[in-house]
Amino acid sequence: MAKANLMDYDKALELYEVVIGLEVHIELNTKTKMFCGCKNDFGDEPNTNVCPICIGLPGSLPVVNRKAVESSISIGLALGCSIAPTGGFSRKNYFYPDLAKNYQTSQFRDPIAFDGQLDVEVPSGNKFTVLIERAHMEEDAGKLTHIGGATGRIQGAEYSLVDYNRAGVPLVEIVTKPVFGAGAEAPELAAAYVRSIREIVKALGVSDARMERGNVRCDANVSIRPHGQDKLGTRTETKNVNSLRSIERAVRYEIQRQAAILSAGGTITQETRHWHEDKGSTSSGRPKSDADDYRYFPEPDLVPVEPSTELIEKLRALLPENPADRRKRLAAEWGFAEMEFRDVVNAGLMDFIEEAVAAGAKPQAARKWYSGEIARIANSEDKDVSEMNITPAQVAEIATLVESGKINDRIAREVLSAVLAGEGSPTEIVSSRNLEVVSDDGALIAAIDEALAKQPDVLEKIREGKVQAAGAVIGAVMQAMKGQADAARVRELVLERANQ
Amino acid sequence: MSELIRKNASELVEMLAKGEVSSVEITQAHIDQISKVGDAVHSFLHLTTENALAVAKEVDRRRASGESLPALAGVPIAVKDNLTTTDAPTTAGSKILEGWIAPYDATVVTRLRQEMMPILGKTNLDEFAMGSSTEFSAYGPSKNPWDLTRIPGGSGGGSSSVVSSFQSPLAIGSDTGGSIRFPGAVTGTVGIKPTYGAVSRYGLIALASSLDQIGPVARSVLDAALLQDVIGGYDPRDSTSLKDSLGSMVEAAKSGSLKGKKVGVIKQLSGAGFQQGVQNRFAEALKLITDAGAEIVEVDCPSFEYAIDAYYLILPAEASSNLAKFDSVRFGMRVTPEGNPTIERVMAATREAGFGPEVKRRIILGTYALSAGSFDKFYGAALKVRTLIQRDFDAAFANADVLVSPTAPTTAFKFGEKVADPLAMYLNDIATIPANLAGIPGISVPIGLADEDQLPVGIQFLAPAHKDAALYEVGAALEGILEGIWGKRMMDFAPKLEGN
Repeated sequence: MAKANLMDYDKALELYEVVIGLEVHIELNTKTKMFCGCKNDFGDEPNTNVCPICIGLPGSLPVVNRKAVESSISIGLALGCSIAPTGGFSRKNYFYPDLAKNYQTSQFRDPIAFDGQLDVEVPSGNKFTVLIERAHMEEDAGKLTHIGGATGRIQGAEYSLVDYNRAGVPLVEIVTKPVFGAGAEAPELAAAYVRSIREIVKALGVSDARMERGNVRCDANVSIRPHGQDKLGTRTETKNVNSLRSIERAVRYEIQRQAAILSAGGTITQETRHWHEDKGSTSSGRPKSDADDYRYFPEPDLVPVEPSTELIEKLRALLPENPADRRKRLAAEWGFAEMEFRDVVNAGLMDFIEEAVAAGAKPQAARKWYSGEIARIANSEDKDVSEMNITPAQVAEIATLVESGKINDRIAREVLSAVLAGEGSPTEIVSSRNLEVVSDDGALIAAIDEALAKQPDVLEKIREGKVQAAGAVIGAVMQAMKGQADAARVRELVLERANQ
Repeated sequence: MSELIRKNASELVEMLAKGEVSSVEITQAHIDQISKVGDAVHSFLHLTTENALAVAKEVDRRRASGESLPALAGVPIAVKDNLTTTDAPTTAGSKILEGWIAPYDATVVTRLRQEMMPILGKTNLDEFAMGSSTEFSAYGPSKNPWDLTRIPGGSGGGSSSVVSSFQSPLAIGSDTGGSIRFPGAVTGTVGIKPTYGAVSRYGLIALASSLDQIGPVARSVLDAALLQDVIGGYDPRDSTSLKDSLGSMVEAAKSGSLKGKKVGVIKQLSGAGFQQGVQNRFAEALKLITDAGAEIVEVDCPSFEYAIDAYYLILPAEASSNLAKFDSVRFGMRVTPEGNPTIERVMAATREAGFGPEVKRRIILGTYALSAGSFDKFYGAALKVRTLIQRDFDAAFANADVLVSPTAPTTAFKFGEKVADPLAMYLNDIATIPANLAGIPGISVPIGLADEDQLPVGIQFLAPAHKDAALYEVGAALEGILEGIWGKRMMDFAPKLEGN
């Protein structure tokens, strides 16, 4: 698809109204699969986490994973949904080699959660309310790898391999109602919506929520219509958008592509489209019509899920603070500059800082350690901050030691390295390595005297207003004290001496 | 013919307990009978006689060393070949599964093994249990021991013929619309379809999941009761399995009584239009029931008129989905067409070659019934009829403890008589199907021979869901009265089979 067939974005919005709809699949992080006891870990050696149930052997029967039901209810509650008193499963019938039974067990008529809404803020500060139609439970299919052929897709492949480790992994699909009125910000809204969903399921602890691993997957429906037209335009459903950035780009691309077609008098084909991150464009997938016939019927091997009011209320009481509200609260409490706070959020450091602050660190100090030295070391070791061998409490301990003047920044970095190396707690390390700064003014004054004797003109220069001359003396003192001195205190003492 | 093979299971249990016979002797006697008549009757698709003898030997060893043993330990049994077993192929009577050995035992098979019952082999059936004669078995039909030119009933003709030709005292069947009870009626044996959920379906190759139920096949009501007590009970692997105990069937059979019972004759199934000899025996049985102190009442079940129509929409709909997994990808037959075929062509070629005519007929029917545009008209309407039939039963059971009808309209018909006329074949199940649609239990008990052809006739008792014990109670009572009148057992009327 040539890029030439795109209409200028602003022009497209001038002519057309954009309607989007988002289907987000959340992969739950339950220990076992949706309908069997296999480990929910499809990264393992292919076809090792499988059993007669998830590979659909004759005679096998599914049993619903209770934990997956609870996670689904929690997601529904966090999205303000009503929870169905009885949620049945259906079979969605179609033949495909990654689908072990050639039907997917899914909720069709009776989703576990329905009628919710989510307030989403886009980067401009504009806020939108996205209405949620439903959140329902289903099972994932296996994973196909197409070998041979240029595209890695099934067309043109010589053969395909299938890994059923993913077959039966529990999913929750969250479907929005059509979203109107986002205008030019529709692409940003799509991305911000998925970001919010991701934060919510992460805060709930029900999913690892890593988009790059497919824990959160989004299908973006886009249609456009001339302003003032009642009838919705024909929609396309773009798949394979694996990052927030690609969601935004894909929606923008589809708006421009559809606008070019419509303005040239063409019609939009209702179809799935495939997003290509490298080319920044979508290509035609398979035609999809409302007449797609999946021959849904109630799954006779399962009885409907009937969550008790007690269970629903228990899960409601356990809901964590809404991530957006929490961000607002913490930004206010910590008093960071806007940029600082955004960096903290983007780097995923908010939880750590919150814990460090709870353990007694000052917010700025916690931020400095996490986004500074710890992030730097993690980065150099190609690790995530969460993988570093230090607890927020230990970070708080270091910050407090610095705050109280017991150690200085340079020593604090040494202590941090030692903690990361597993030598013990910061206080233990300070004591075992004898790192506490010299806070005895007598010892410092003696060292200052010694340094001044070698640089007799320094005091005169200070008195003449050249305060920076003190640096030479401070440096000499610090060297003499092997760094274990509070440089600020040394400076104070030198200036006092000059003013005597 | 060894006298041992003519014994009922209950008698073998006593003889074993008294040390009058060993399990190896009993098992060997049946193996000898299998080698004598097996080829003529063609009941078995696979034999596991060596494993059976090993189990028998272990039972004898334990008994000799004074260890306690389960009730039916050492009593041989045969299992319908749509139940998975790890020590023999499971084909469900289909070419598409030829040679497939399941990696797991069905729950029922596990329970038989725990009971230490020697399993002699796997019995024949119409392909995927679709049929009333075993003529749709891909491996050739089983014969009726009363007349080898006649059908042994279906789909469980292997199990009914194995028991009625004394190759095994007991067998396991599965009943979706009469596949235990109809074969029971035409071979002069006892067959029970328990309440839906009373016996785990885990490991039963599904025909229609909402209708399928596993049950006992035996030569006496008490024997069937002994077997249901072994195979019944909650199984967490089957979500539709009943959690509550239904009580002891053996106690019900032993207490057998008709006194004071209200027995409802179903107006729509009172025998009008049925074979005259069937009507005659049924009328006599009603008289005996009255004489035994029961009260006969007539009940009206107007919706039964639509039972076969509803059944032949619900069953094919579920079957079309259940059989989708037979696609060559993970197990079973694979047919690869010429050239460089796509997976779709491999699936299609395999299913074309692997499925027989009745299976294809029902898959096509079911696919159509579920398709968009047909769903409400066919599948949806059938579900409504199902509800109406359940209501008919509710109303009937408000006036009667149990209901009665002839089990089947005719005695055993000749091979080839109905195989080309699906509708005529389907009508065999007119009296048995309503119980499956309602999920209630039913039993077929032999009540003598039809005057015109000297072939067995069965009576069917039906009870409300969970009241399986009531069937054993009235069934055993009537059986006792008839054996008293005859001075012998039903099977003693059977012509002697010529051995090899």
